[in-house]
Amino acid sequence: MVRRHLVLRVVSKLLIPFILLFALYVQFHGDFGPGGGFQAGVIFGAGFILYALIEGIEVARRVAPTALVRLLMVLGLLLYVGVGYVGLFKGANFLNYDVLAHDPVHGQELGIFLVELGVGITVAATMVTIFFAFVDQARR
Amino acid sequence: MIAAHLPILQIVVPLVAAPACLALGRGRAAWLLALAVSWAALGIAGGLLATVLRDGPVSYALGNWAPPWGIEYRVDALNAYVLLIVAAIGAVVLPYARRSIADELPAHQHAAFYTAFLLCLTGLLGVAITGDAFNLFVFLEISSLSSYVLIGLGRNRRALTAAFQYLVMGTIGATFIVIGIGLLYMATGTLNMADLAARIPAVAHSRTVLAALAFLAVGATLKIALFPLHGWLPNAYAYAPSAVTAFLAATATKVSVYILVRFLFTVFGPAYSFEQLALHNLIVPFAVIAIVVCSTVAIFQNNVKRMLAYSSVAQIGYMMLGIGLGTATGISAGLVHLFNHALMKGGLFLALGCIALRVGSVRLEALAGLGRTMPLSAFAFVIGGLSLIGVPLTNGFISKWILVQATLEQGAWGLALVVLFGSLLAVAYIWRVVEVAYLRPPPDGARRREAPLSMLIPTWILIGASVYFGIDTSLSLGVAEIAARILTGGAG
Repeated sequence: MVRRHLVLRVVSKLLIPFILLFALYVQFHGDFGPGGGFQAGVIFGAGFILYALIEGIEVARRVAPTALVRLLMVLGLLLYVGVGYVGLFKGANFLNYDVLAHDPVHGQELGIFLVELGVGITVAATMVTIFFAFVDQARR
Repeated sequence: MIAAHLPILQIVVPLVAAPACLALGRGRAAWLLALAVSWAALGIAGGLLATVLRDGPVSYALGNWAPPWGIEYRVDALNAYVLLIVAAIGAVVLPYARRSIADELPAHQHAAFYTAFLLCLTGLLGVAITGDAFNLFVFLEISSLSSYVLIGLGRNRRALTAAFQYLVMGTIGATFIVIGIGLLYMATGTLNMADLAARIPAVAHSRTVLAALAFLAVGATLKIALFPLHGWLPNAYAYAPSAVTAFLAATATKVSVYILVRFLFTVFGPAYSFEQLALHNLIVPFAVIAIVVCSTVAIFQNNVKRMLAYSSVAQIGYMMLGIGLGTATGISAGLVHLFNHALMKGGLFLALGCIALRVGSVRLEALAGLGRTMPLSAFAFVIGGLSLIGVPLTNGFISKWILVQATLEQGAWGLALVVLFGSLLAVAYIWRVVEVAYLRPPPDGARRREAPLSMLIPTWILIGASVYFGIDTSLSLGVAEIAARILTGGAG
């Protein structure tokens, strides 16, 4: 049935790489302009959900197995909290980025980069998980 | 070095363990991790209380951003007291949870259960520790969202509608709270509670601040389940898994009471909340109705879990009555009941969970002859019930004693009578259970089948604590009095 929707397939195939790229732009440009981990995660997740809608749920699950998505969800949060702990172990307060690099400015940049990356990974994985959960509900 | 970081460790230890539980994937490993973390959290809470009592309030600047710009964790006697209650209940319920949850949930949900449990613990501890109004809202949402999940896991399908009802009401409550915080930010330009307290007097007469107080008070009252906003509570408690009911009944509403107290007394100040706006005229009548009406409704329940849930709404009435009086004695009565009720109601729900495990039902008629078939669980229920009534030598007596004192200080004889009448109603609903359990014969063929030790010991720890704190009140009442002095503006 999916095979028939040729236009949808071709157009979305063209679009998906750009959606994912835009997500990465929003992610990594977040500290200079509008954007950040949450928005990027949602865009990335939406790109993947579009892929699952077009190609079918089995194909999508082969690309991102449930265990992998769950692991990413956990890893993102652990990355965020882990960055906080590094500050703690280096003798500063929790989430102090100053001590992450050789000088405070680089430390702040690295800290916000890693924390936002953690947010992005968790949000994207959570969006996909919610989508899969609804699909499973509908099939039962 | 660790001592200086205790405030943040209180939060981030359970926070980091929650996703780790999910990653472990298997029920037993996740349970062990959650157990270790909950005991660590209790140790940290104890350490914080000791520090606060010795050296006065502790302040912790997250990421070294100085308050009021950065998020500040600020722990005084009141925070430390609430933290200790929440952490202690978490540490007692988790050892109990393994058997109880293994019985009530399918195996593939166990790891997710412990994840949600730890997130809920994190959120409740976070609400109690933070000195930042917006951060408080964030933690409130963490605890609320995870508690909706925990309630929805109940075996009965009605758990889902109960969780959904709580979700709708809880979200309205949380939204009101964030609107209130937003209005305060608009009026003062700050989110730090101590800073808010300093800036509000200058703008106290503006309508923005008045609206903020209204939104915050109604929002917090919804989460507290004060009559008439208690509609979500009985179903949520009745259909949640046993361990969840015990944990939430002993902590979630208590933390919400803390939110209201913190805003009314610390942020707005008693002079504004009670002298200018006369909020006691609003809180006290609703507290009285809660005590009388919900105790009466509890008498007519046939599901014992539901009965105890209505009893919780009534007990919240006692706390709010004390706090609504606005005097130092009244507030310490409210706070000490917060502590005591957590122990007795936690113990009662745990005993009921033991019964549910063996009998498979908590309907009144299923409890026949329980005094003979499950003597230890049934007796735990009796002691907890006596404490709920307020019999001397139990901690319930201490709460009611101080509360009656507080009402008499104000010459409010009527309120003192309401407290005593509420105890009589408690006698009625507890007696219904005792009668069925002890005076009716067990069904034919019922053997003696006591709950496993891993569930009995936590139950008896809480029940034993209810008796202990009825005799030695230096911790419970002592800290409550210090906290009440701080709240009413005296020196800590």
